[in-house]
Amino acid sequence: MVDAVLFELLHTEMVAELWAPDSDLDPGPGGQRTSLQVLEGMGFRVGQALGERLPREMLAFREELDVLKFLCRDLWGAVFQKQMDGLRTNHQGTYVLQDSSFPLLVRMGSGLQYLEEVPKFLAFTCGLLRGTLSTLGIRSLVTASVAALPACKFQVVIDRC
Amino acid sequence: MSRPAPRKPEYHKINKDLFVLTYGALVAQLCKDYEKDEDVNTYLDKMGYGIGTRLVEDFLARSCVGRCHSYSEITDIIAQVAFKMYLGITPSVTCNNSSRNEFSLILDKNPLVEFVEELPAGRSSLCYCNLLCGIIRGALEMVHLAADVTFLQDRLRGDSVTEIGITFLKKLDEKKYRRKK
Repeated sequence: MVDAVLFELLHTEMVAELWAPDSDLDPGPGGQRTSLQVLEGMGFRVGQALGERLPREMLAFREELDVLKFLCRDLWGAVFQKQMDGLRTNHQGTYVLQDSSFPLLVRMGSGLQYLEEVPKFLAFTCGLLRGTLSTLGIRSLVTASVAALPACKFQVVIDRC
Repeated sequence: MSRPAPRKPEYHKINKDLFVLTYGALVAQLCKDYEKDEDVNTYLDKMGYGIGTRLVEDFLARSCVGRCHSYSEITDIIAQVAFKMYLGITPSVTCNNSSRNEFSLILDKNPLVEFVEELPAGRSSLCYCNLLCGIIRGALEMVHLAADVTFLQDRLRGDSVTEIGITFLKKLDEKKYRRKK
């Protein structure tokens, strides 16, 4: 789908620019955290907006697990033209969503090279998930990890307070 | 999750919205980072340039356009093929000078501003869609065409239409020896 190309290129450019040597952000560990937060925050806003645009009938969930399945199937399908490959849970509010071939990482190659670069390519998407969940009335913390490109795991911890 | 979900019509809209919403979030972030409109505009153009240099490969692979013989043909392709393919709109093209190297794309609809009613307060010189100018400029440069691309008019800034001006400069691989006038 052509729209996917535009989004992917925009995302890549955003990640690159926030790490540009002449940016005002301090390139040290503190700066890196800030940049990741900025990307995550942008993803959150977009996720919220996307959540608001979903048809109401799609959102009649019986339970929390249904929401996560929705993210894995429908949200991922709409945004990345594929579904998540796996969903695991401890039934106590922690979910691990597995994508064996995450589209935003595919261009970077495969294996163990570039693992250091990976967090900045995942921050926006973590925010996206968190934002969509937020619109669905769920507060959460979303993090991502990569053992070997392009497979990655998104961990969603629901805040049940 | 054993059965793939049937492709629902909403998916297409969500996908299109994703780019537009992400772009909006980007502009909002840049407005936070830079006080001056000119700086945001420059940044958007620069990012667009980076995108354009890569987008052109995707475009050429998908569109199979043949060799162009004039700037006018190229501009028509940008409007009728590229814009249509990536943004679903077809701007109209006008030629602005007799040497046929200055053109305008008039955008009747602009999906990038679908969720924007007006520019933020204090941002009256913001070229909200400046990414597009950079994209066109970057893409053209990858096919060895230098051009200036700017917004000549912008509905968001109160003009009656949204108009992108493309001025083709000399080809980058021009002849080595030129007679001085």
